[in-house]
Amino acid sequence: MPVESATALARKDVVGISQLDAGEIQLILDTAGELLEVAKRPIKKVPTLRGSTVVNLFMEPSTRTRFSFEVAEKRLSADTLNFSASGSSVSKGETLFDTARNLMAMAPDFIVIRHPHSGAPHRLAEVVPASIINAGDGINEHPTQALLDAFTMRQRFGSLEGLKVVVAGDIRHSRVARSNAFLLNKMGAEVRFAAPASLLPLEVEELGVHTFVRLEPALEDADVVMMLRIQLERQKRINFPSMREYFDFFALTPERLKLAADRAVVMHPGPMNRGVEIDSLVADGSQSVILEQVTNGVAIRMAILYLLAGGRSEAASDS
Amino acid sequence: MCANRTALQEVMDEAAMARTIARMAAEILERDGGSLMLVGIHTRGIPLANRLARALHEATGQKVPVGSLDITLYRDDVGPWRPAHQQPVLKKTVLPDSIDHKVIYLVDDVLFTGRTIRAALDTLADWGRPLAVRLAVLIDRGHRELPIAADVVGKVLDTTRDEDVQVRLAEADGEDGVWIGREVKNAG
Repeated sequence: MPVESATALARKDVVGISQLDAGEIQLILDTAGELLEVAKRPIKKVPTLRGSTVVNLFMEPSTRTRFSFEVAEKRLSADTLNFSASGSSVSKGETLFDTARNLMAMAPDFIVIRHPHSGAPHRLAEVVPASIINAGDGINEHPTQALLDAFTMRQRFGSLEGLKVVVAGDIRHSRVARSNAFLLNKMGAEVRFAAPASLLPLEVEELGVHTFVRLEPALEDADVVMMLRIQLERQKRINFPSMREYFDFFALTPERLKLAADRAVVMHPGPMNRGVEIDSLVADGSQSVILEQVTNGVAIRMAILYLLAGGRSEAASDS
Repeated sequence: MCANRTALQEVMDEAAMARTIARMAAEILERDGGSLMLVGIHTRGIPLANRLARALHEATGQKVPVGSLDITLYRDDVGPWRPAHQQPVLKKTVLPDSIDHKVIYLVDDVLFTGRTIRAALDTLADWGRPLAVRLAVLIDRGHRELPIAADVVGKVLDTTRDEDVQVRLAEADGEDGVWIGREVKNAG
């Protein structure tokens, strides 16, 4: 049964996929589909958010997501302020809420936040009037990544329903895997997590996914293979014997990819560690849609900004 | 929010609409010869642009390219100006070719405040630099809020501001015709 698109995104914030329903997800994907076209025009900019201010509050390193948000904001004519943990008052001991209160004095309409602590965007959303967009919080969620992944799958296969999606790698520390599991379950896809047992989350059953401790059986007939990076920065101890051994058992190689469906696509949220979780031949191969993911990410972020943008001027609240 | 159709009076029937569109096509040909492109504005401007293109093709044997324009991102009542949670759903802009050095006819069903056309002009400006942009509308009902005028008009209707002008086209609504009248809204 195809999912009916919602007519509006009736919320102040997008902090996680877990809060969105299937109709809202569909609306974001549809809106992104129309916004993709802006990048193909001679002038890659529309005036929709002129006069709106977006603060990009990145308390964790990020290149791709931060750039993607910034491009999305600029294509919609918003003004952007970039704030990162290093070289800011945060490194001088300021708390998140003091930072946010000070930023609110500049009256931003949106705050895009990436934070090492799970739940930080949710708390921020409760205390500031600006719309909060979660750009990744700890090991909790990365909603815009899951949406751009879904968009890329839909672009390739037309619908998400019934797709067999393998997510493999360091799932335990992956907010991307969690957001993808929430989203794909809501949209009727089948999710398979494949990882060494030490890299599966503790309560993985609650996510409603099939789990595999070997990559090969998970790949059988798969339509999408999403490889995740080993997040060394989030592990106090290494959960597997060596990188070499990890590659031998869990890397996506051309031979392993043959186990998936012929039409299968390979995805990666980046940054990739070639030779660890993915073989270069696969990353650069004809089945890879990794660069499409990057292009689509801008359209997804534009869609969320657009859909959350109403109700900010006094004129709007009067009418 | 259900409109009471019985309060509406038909001011253009199917046959009159066909004649009107044929005459509009003839006027376009009189004004501009080569390198034309018709660009219909969502929703009903698009079927109208297609009908004008068909009439032009019949008259000259030349195919005229037809595009569709979604002006939503350029409206003066979206983004911060819109009440919360009411952003309009986006539609597709498809231009069959570069608009540079062409005479573009924007096509819409009703010309009212002129705000849609202002947004359409801004949209086109981001797509290229046409030789000229002209405006063809089936109905001009007056009450402009911006200094905008149409070049080719099917019919001028004398209306009051709160009257409702409904253009119905077979492609979108299952029938051809134009109705005018005061919309009677249900209390619920």
